[in-house]
Amino acid sequence: MDISLQNVEYRYQVNTPFERLAIKDVSIDIPSGTFLAIIGHTGSGKSTVLQHLNALLKPTEGKVVIGDRVITADKKQKNLKEVRQKVGIVFQFPEHQLFEETVEKDICFGPMNFGVSEEEAQKRARAAIQQVGLPEEILNKSPFELSGGQMRRVAIAGVLAMEPEVIVLDEPTAGLDPRGRKEIMDMFFSLHQTRGLSTVLVTHSMEDASRYADQIVIMHNGEVYEKGTPKEIFSSPEGLLKLGLDVPEVVRFQQKIEKSFNTRFSKTCLTMEELTEEVALLVKRGAPK
Amino acid sequence: MKEPLVELKNVSFKYDTEAGFALRNVSFTIFMGEWLAIVGHNGSGKSTLAKLLNGLHFPLEGNITVGGIQLAEATVWETRKKIGMVFQNPDNQFVGTTVQDDVAFGLENHGIERNDMVQRVSQSLEKVKMAQFLDQEPHHLSGGQKQRVAIAGVIALRPDIIILDESTSMLDPRGREEVLETVRELKQDYNMTVISITHDLEEAAKADRILVMNKGQLYREGTPEEIFQMDDELVKLGLDIPFPVKLSKMLREKGLPLSRHYLSEEELVEELWTSHSKM
Repeated sequence: MDISLQNVEYRYQVNTPFERLAIKDVSIDIPSGTFLAIIGHTGSGKSTVLQHLNALLKPTEGKVVIGDRVITADKKQKNLKEVRQKVGIVFQFPEHQLFEETVEKDICFGPMNFGVSEEEAQKRARAAIQQVGLPEEILNKSPFELSGGQMRRVAIAGVLAMEPEVIVLDEPTAGLDPRGRKEIMDMFFSLHQTRGLSTVLVTHSMEDASRYADQIVIMHNGEVYEKGTPKEIFSSPEGLLKLGLDVPEVVRFQQKIEKSFNTRFSKTCLTMEELTEEVALLVKRGAPK
Repeated sequence: MKEPLVELKNVSFKYDTEAGFALRNVSFTIFMGEWLAIVGHNGSGKSTLAKLLNGLHFPLEGNITVGGIQLAEATVWETRKKIGMVFQNPDNQFVGTTVQDDVAFGLENHGIERNDMVQRVSQSLEKVKMAQFLDQEPHHLSGGQKQRVAIAGVIALRPDIIILDESTSMLDPRGREEVLETVRELKQDYNMTVISITHDLEEAAKADRILVMNKGQLYREGTPEEIFQMDDELVKLGLDIPFPVKLSKMLREKGLPLSRHYLSEEELVEELWTSHSKM
C-alpha cells in the first residue's frame, strides 16, 4: 500500500492560546515495499509525522494519501478502521500498553477489535508469537511475568497479528541490550522482506538507518531537512553534522582517515566490510615515495 | 592508594516471585573515586545489584558494606546518604511540581534546614546547568534535562557515590551526552565515585574499570582494554564490541599489522598512518 504526505502541516490545539505548529510543508512518498527511516532530534516533528501515517492525526493543511483513502483537513473521516488495520504502529516502549491476563488474549485483542473471529485471532496469535521468536507456551502466561525484552516482543506480536501492510516503528529497540537490539531489527527486516511490507522506522540510530533503509528522511524544526538514499545522505554528511546529529560510525571513521591521510576514498563506505577493504588498500599502497 | 568504598562478599539474591536466583555468589570491591561500568545482557542481574547497593532489597546470603557500614534494615538510612541513584525513566523520578521543588524533595526528607536547603538547591541546579529552569514544570523539559534535574536532586544530598541505572538509555544521543558530561564534571569536582549500569559500550569504554555480569554472576572484571579483548566472548554474552575494536580486528584479518585492538578511533588512525608511512 502506498502512502504519501503532500505539503502536510499540523498544528496542535488550533484556536487556543496553546496553538503550536508541529510540522509544516512535509512531503514524503512511501511507495509500497519501501523501508524508510526518519531521523532527527527529539522535538523535530518525527512523532507527529508518524501519527499521520494511520490517520491518528488529521493534517491541518495539505493531504495524506493512504492507499485509496485521502485524508484532508476539511473532510470528515468515517470508518478509519481499515486504515488502522493496514498500518500498524509499534509505539515507543510498546510493552507499557500490555494489559490482558494472558499473552494470547493480549495479542488477540487487536485483531478481534477489527472483527476477526476468536478462533482466527488465536491462530494469528500463534503465528505472531513465532514470528517474534518466542515459544508458543508463553501464550498462556501473564504478560507481566515476562522479562522486559519478552514483553516488547509480545507487544510487537500484537501489531503483527493485525496483519498490517505497513508497519511503523517508533524507536523499537530503545532500552534493549545490544543482542536484543540486533535481534529485533533483524526480525523486522526479515518481515519486511518476506512479507513485502512497507516499513517506516523512526530512530536515533544512524547505524540502523544506514543498514536497513532504502530511503532516509531527516526532520528538523518540523520540516523535511533532507531526503535521499543512505548513500546520498551520508556521502555529504555536512548537513547532519550541522544539525548536531550523528553519522554512522563507519562514515565518521572514513572522514577521520581521509582527513589524516589527506585523501578521498573512491566512495562512501556504509558497511564495515567496505571500510576495511578501502582502508587496507590505502595503507598497503604505502606513502608516496 | 586505592581505598575500598563498597565491598560485596558472596552476595546472593532471589526475588519472591521468581524461581531462580537473580544474583549468585557475587563478590567485588568498588574503590573511592573510580568510574565503574557494570555491563551485561537484559536480565543479567545488573539492576538487582543496583537495588541491593541502595538498600531497596537486601542480600539473601552474603553481605555488603558501604563505607565500612554493613548494609541492613537498621543501617539503610545511613548508607543511603552515601549513595544517590538515577534511574532509567526520566518520567518516573520527577516528584516535584517544579524543578526546584523536585531537587528540594530529597533535602526535605533528610530534614535539612531551610537556609541550607535553598542554597543547596540552587548550587546543585547550577552544577547540572539547569539553574535557569528553576520554576519550570517537568513536562516542559527534555529527557536529558529531566535526568539532569534528577542528578541535581542526588548531588544536593552530597553522596559519595552516584549510581546511574541505565540513566541514559531512554535519551536521544544529545541528551545522553549532556548527562554523561554532567556526571564527568561532578566526578572531577567532588571526587565522586560513579557506578554506571549501562548497555552503551562506548560509555563503558571510557570507564576506569568494567564488571561483566552474566546470568546473575560476575563473569569478568577488568580495565576496558582487558574486557574488550574478550571479543567474541562478549558477543556470546549478548553484548557487543566497541566500533574501534571491531574495526581493528577486521583490519588485522585483512593482513594489516596492527599492534593491538584499539579502544579509540584516534589511536587506530594514528597507527594506520604510521604503518602506511613505513610501507
